[in-house]
Amino acid sequence: MPQVHKYDVIIVGAGGAGMRAALESSKRVRTAVLTKLYPTRSHTGAAQGGMCAALANVEEDNWEWHTFDTIKGGDYLVDQDAAEIMAKEAIDAVLDLEKMGLPFSRTPEGRIDQRRFGGHTRNHGEAAVRRACYAADRTGHMILQTLYQQCIKRSVEFYNEFYVLDLLMNGGEVAGVVAYELSTGELHVFQAKSVVFATGGFGRVFKTTSNALSLTGDGMGVVWRRGLPLEDMEFYQFHPTGLAGLGILLTEGARGEGGILRNNEGERFMERYAPTIKDLAPRDMVSRAIYTEVRQGRGCGPNQEYVVLDLTHIPAEQLEAKLPDITEFSRTYLGIDPTTEPVPVYPTAHYAMGGIPTDIDARALRDNQEVVRGLYAAGEAACVSVHGANRLGTNSLLDINVFGRRAGLAAADYAATAHFVDLPDNPEGDVRMLVDRLLNGTGGERTGAIRAELQQSMDDHASVYRTDTTLKQAEVDLAELKRRYHDVTVQDKGKRYNTDVLEAVELGFLLDLAEVLVVSARARNESRGGHFREDYPQRDDVNFMRHTMAYRELDSEGNEAIRLDYKPVTVTRYQPMERKY
Amino acid sequence: MTETLDTPLDHAPEAGAGLQRRTVTLRIRRFNPEAGDTEPSWHDYPVEVLPTDRILDALNKIKWEQDGTLTYRRSCAHGICGSDAMRINGRNRLACKTLIKDLNMDAAITVEAIKGLPLEKDLIVDMEPFFQAYRDINPFLITESHEPTRERLQSQHDRDRFDDTTKCILCAACTTACPVFWTDGQYFGPAAIVGAHRFIFDSRDEGASQRLDILNDREGVWRCRTTFNCTEACPRGIQITQAIQEVKRALISRRV
Ligand SMILES: Cc1cc2nc3c(=O)[nH]c(=O)nc-3n(C[C@H](O)[C@H](O)[C@H](O)COP(=O)(O)OP(=O)(O)OC[C@H]3O[C@@H](n4cnc5c(N)ncnc54)[C@H](O)[C@@H]3O)c2cc1C
Ligand code: SF4
Ligand code: FES
Repeated sequence: MPQVHKYDVIIVGAGGAGMRAALESSKRVRTAVLTKLYPTRSHTGAAQGGMCAALANVEEDNWEWHTFDTIKGGDYLVDQDAAEIMAKEAIDAVLDLEKMGLPFSRTPEGRIDQRRFGGHTRNHGEAAVRRACYAADRTGHMILQTLYQQCIKRSVEFYNEFYVLDLLMNGGEVAGVVAYELSTGELHVFQAKSVVFATGGFGRVFKTTSNALSLTGDGMGVVWRRGLPLEDMEFYQFHPTGLAGLGILLTEGARGEGGILRNNEGERFMERYAPTIKDLAPRDMVSRAIYTEVRQGRGCGPNQEYVVLDLTHIPAEQLEAKLPDITEFSRTYLGIDPTTEPVPVYPTAHYAMGGIPTDIDARALRDNQEVVRGLYAAGEAACVSVHGANRLGTNSLLDINVFGRRAGLAAADYAATAHFVDLPDNPEGDVRMLVDRLLNGTGGERTGAIRAELQQSMDDHASVYRTDTTLKQAEVDLAELKRRYHDVTVQDKGKRYNTDVLEAVELGFLLDLAEVLVVSARARNESRGGHFREDYPQRDDVNFMRHTMAYRELDSEGNEAIRLDYKPVTVTRYQPMERKY
Repeated sequence: MTETLDTPLDHAPEAGAGLQRRTVTLRIRRFNPEAGDTEPSWHDYPVEVLPTDRILDALNKIKWEQDGTLTYRRSCAHGICGSDAMRINGRNRLACKTLIKDLNMDAAITVEAIKGLPLEKDLIVDMEPFFQAYRDINPFLITESHEPTRERLQSQHDRDRFDDTTKCILCAACTTACPVFWTDGQYFGPAAIVGAHRFIFDSRDEGASQRLDILNDREGVWRCRTTFNCTEACPRGIQITQAIQEVKRALISRRV
């Protein structure tokens, strides 16, 4: 028998979104946070460049310009009501963090300092604006630490190293979750009135990525397997500047501080692609520009397979003060000193714009309109959608704070009056079956091998440039890998700290999500933001200015199939225009 | 983060040029009480790597290709999450921040769990006592005065005063390198003192006196014998011994 616990609100995930939610919810109702990593290990801590808000501390700015930039940056797939809320609430979100103690970098007057970031502009595109609040290149680290410190202050209850592997529903309403405890291998059932998924992204479907090994999209996968939709999964962001060959991120803040991308002729090639804001164009455009340079033979290095980020003209003191960590990453991992040598960079899989569809109060949707009572999602796991087809830099740290807070408030409000929903019979049964099948598997397939092939196929067929042919190939590869996944055999049969079996479970989520991504991408016969189809290079507002909604269905023979539907974009004040920078 | 399964760094730029793929031996101290082990024991794993690979890449390669039972924590793979502090060739470091080429590749490379915390399995220790010590020093901003509507002002100079200790990723490399901590598990340890320093020297904080009282305790800062092991171990380059000395001085003068 599993241990059964009872809370008003369960929050799954202790990154920025989860902990921001917990701070609100735990004040109001009995709350627990379940997290597969110790809170401070969450990948929010890896975020470098900044969190934007139109504070106007260093130059004129306002939330309306921020709203516009977010919508244009997202190639008009952004829900405009949500973007407006985010831009308005950004200012308090930053000030709240400062009051909690976040050590922001400061202006000479002692205010929160702000720097430039891609796609953030003054007066609807006139010039780059300083909107990103930051703490050197450790902004995410400071946010994660500060939120954790506040959780300690408020005695928030954590279950660390608990992997949530199932969502319990009864009669269409949320009843709780099932978690696997790493240290003992025991299953725990958590009955709850509200469940918030804040489980982060799934960058590990790709080979070259800025995402942690733990970012396997578990929350999205769990919800998906319960028959709930995932929105806009084809929109995956490739950040232009990963350390070549490694994928470790070099923040866009480096270009905000004046860094320049160059090809093998030393040319500042972004001048050709985005004449006004050049190197600070949105990420999808810069990533494509880099791919194009390399394809056309202007790549650097012995095999001409990357471009370089030139920071050598920036004074060394400024680099050490504003970008100390990335300077160190480059030295440690590539042996290159950015103060004297340009750094080899290449696009790296970075951010999921899609995820669990929610409304502006973080309530998860079961279709285009209806919410699932008791279910919430926030952060990278959710799709509100404030990022549309392409997220602007610094808008995610903002998103996790604004919508993390909203999720905590809404989940607690609901729990304050709702009743507990009865647990279904044998609540842990499905998880038990999943884990036992992996533990007892005899097919001889290795998790590591399947994962490597998955990641290679996704890099080759579903990354910056896509065509129907490449996506079809990805579908074929995935079907084969899923078949092989049934024969996975784990070597560790034990109960204590069995990371072998958990890696196999995580691979299952990755395979599911990769398939949703590919199927959604193949149906979108246009190019928009992070989704670029060489066979359909134009944006097509007539047929595709709408969100993709993917559903998992079982056909009459019990085989899984993906059904696609679409949802209109919420347009308030901005009509789509061509995206030029 | 690289993928290391078959072709680590296969697009590696010049940095890796001239460094050939080769076999190294990892000598790992393994322990699994569930399998009946009463004592940890050393096991050798030959593994093919590029010299520019991280120790974490080599561990992953062993786990993914040779022995799935090998157990350790990891997440970010670039020195920012604090998951994978371990003793490598007798020194505490992050596996993801230690490149193989920087070690002697001709001898076996030893890898074992950090010391002083209860060993659970292979390279995993129980982190709870470590986090408890951190929680005990009230690691959060304490203010009494009126909250401003905008941000609190802080000069760049005041911000710089505690910059070094804000970098801590709670990896425990320092605390588990400290001989005082090994013999006296009650000692707060350097990481908790670093956490306290970060607030004591923050011009916005008004909780210095309660924190200093906690650190003045028998198991507090006075146990530090200035052996510098912590500073040498810190993967974030924090001047830990100096931070501890500053806290001691603040205790004597009761001024920060
Ligand atoms: C290198 C890097 C740099 C970035 N820089 C910036 C930047 O400068 N500005 C910006 O705005 N954005 C940036 N981003 C994006 C941003 O950091 C992330 O999108 C954001 O931090 C995600 O936060 P989150 O809370 O949603 O998820 P995460 O911080 O990833 O947290 C996920 C949490 O879920 C838990 N979890 C996952 N699965 C389970 C499970 N099955 N059971 C229990 N718990 C689970 C994990 O333990 C973890 O606590 C960056 C991203 C990367 C990778
Ligand atoms: S002070 Fe350094 S070694 Fe100690 S826990 Fe923090 S980061 Fe790790
Ligand atoms: S894996 Fe994150 S610090 Fe090493």
